[in-house]
Amino acid sequence: MENPENIIVVNNLVKRYGDFTANDNLCFEVRKGEIFGFLGANGAGKTTAIRILCGLSYPTSGELNVAGFDVYTQRELIKRNIGYMSQKFSLYDDLTIAENIRFYAGIYGLSQKVIKSRTNQLLERLGMEEIRNRLIRDVPLGWKQKLAFSVAVFHNPAVVFLDEPTGGVDPVTRRQFWEMINEAAEEGITVFVTTHYMDEAEYCDRVSIMVDGKIAALDTPQNLKKSYNTNDMNGVFLTLARGD
Amino acid sequence: MPEIAVNNLFKSYGAINALRDISFQVDKAEIFGIIGPDGAGKTSLFRILVSLLLPDKGSIQLAGLDVVKDYSQVRKIVGYMPGRFSLYQDLSVEENLSFFATVFGSSIETNYDLIKDIYVQIEPFKKRLAGRLSGGMKQKLALCCALIHRPEVLVLDEPTTGVDAVSRVEFWDLLHKIKKEGITIIVSTPYMDEAARCDRVALMQNGEFLGISLPGDIHKAFTKILYELTPEQGAYKLLKTMRSEAWCENAWLFGQSVHLTINGNTSENQFLSYAKGQNIEFRKITAGIEDTFMELMKTS
Repeated sequence: MENPENIIVVNNLVKRYGDFTANDNLCFEVRKGEIFGFLGANGAGKTTAIRILCGLSYPTSGELNVAGFDVYTQRELIKRNIGYMSQKFSLYDDLTIAENIRFYAGIYGLSQKVIKSRTNQLLERLGMEEIRNRLIRDVPLGWKQKLAFSVAVFHNPAVVFLDEPTGGVDPVTRRQFWEMINEAAEEGITVFVTTHYMDEAEYCDRVSIMVDGKIAALDTPQNLKKSYNTNDMNGVFLTLARGD
Repeated sequence: MPEIAVNNLFKSYGAINALRDISFQVDKAEIFGIIGPDGAGKTSLFRILVSLLLPDKGSIQLAGLDVVKDYSQVRKIVGYMPGRFSLYQDLSVEENLSFFATVFGSSIETNYDLIKDIYVQIEPFKKRLAGRLSGGMKQKLALCCALIHRPEVLVLDEPTTGVDAVSRVEFWDLLHKIKKEGITIIVSTPYMDEAARCDRVALMQNGEFLGISLPGDIHKAFTKILYELTPEQGAYKLLKTMRSEAWCENAWLFGQSVHLTINGNTSENQFLSYAKGQNIEFRKITAGIEDTFMELMKTS
């Protein structure tokens, strides 16, 4: 990587499916320790790009580096150095809270000793010690999402990818979730997050907005609001994504 | 007579009380919104409304019909869009629509005028399999399928969840067109900003309604003084500082600002002089729906 301050570097990323171009020459960098919002309409190409950045799919062309590793030749190293949380699936319903933690930590190769002590710390911090042996299916959604995030950063990844992490939760839980994101960023974990809540875009250090496979804008929320002359990110998003 | 009348509705699953004494009425051609997070009980309520689930206690009338006794007639006059995408993924757009029309003994042509505005947006993809549509398109198709038999009551369970901000605006524009046809709409959403698009709103949490009001009146349930603090940068740092102060009752992040209430032992002047001393930019604001919802959650 040319600039050590950048944890993700994307140059000319193109991904085609047949004659459909899902990612059309994307170029951007994500700085170490920042909260980077990756916004776009449904079908704009966000998921395609995230899958490539996570080492789950190859780009058609372009140069990409994530946490110091190349997405063509070092995909396993990328996977070991990132965390991932999706809204749809994150924890196993038929395992307990403690079992889910042990399972994910084990996959990332943490030792039994480390897993044990960090699990206790984590459950204490989340106030979930008493329900550690409860099945995930019996845990309320808001708690599950906080736990899923904690599990995604349990192995201290360089970057954590969050794909619509706050869908459907109440406004208090949503804010508590963002406080956890802020804490993780303060500890040096880079956060790459997608959301449909435009107020959450304001919590990001910088935001990119994808439209039809291209990055239509990338800046701090303050600068974007100024450039598009609106009071909130919703205004910025509607202007760009609607093309009016 | 109200188009929908719900009286003292209860539903539990084992030890979980999904609905606790829910009562409300909806007028004909009203858009009635139910706003609340996952797990509030919205889906249970809707499944009972459309006769797919029996209540433990309570009664519901839809257009004068009893939902339990007259369920077969109820099903003819109700259009239901479940929260999960429930169309046939392996049928095309056109085939799905035709299937739903036929099931209700109707045809696409008969009620085409009702869905026309929506259908023209997905018509270019009418040969595409439903499973391969984008999120916003899927929702529009599901709405068409729920409308194709010209229901009197339209029940929409979180139609905009996972849908981007642009498609959400378009979707609500469509609901207002449908309302003009005289159709009553009851719709749930976890997005608080959608309250403004409803005629009346119920805020729901833990199986109960926290309140029912006109969208413009929701803030009236928030009775404290609310301050908005706008730091140059670092709202999260400011949030932590505020919470460490003894006089802080509640502080939450709202975008790049912090919303704050002070506790009863602190006078307004004490706070004002503190804020001036610390050079914190602030102003008094009217509570928004999220402020109000969070306040009501605490006291319920």
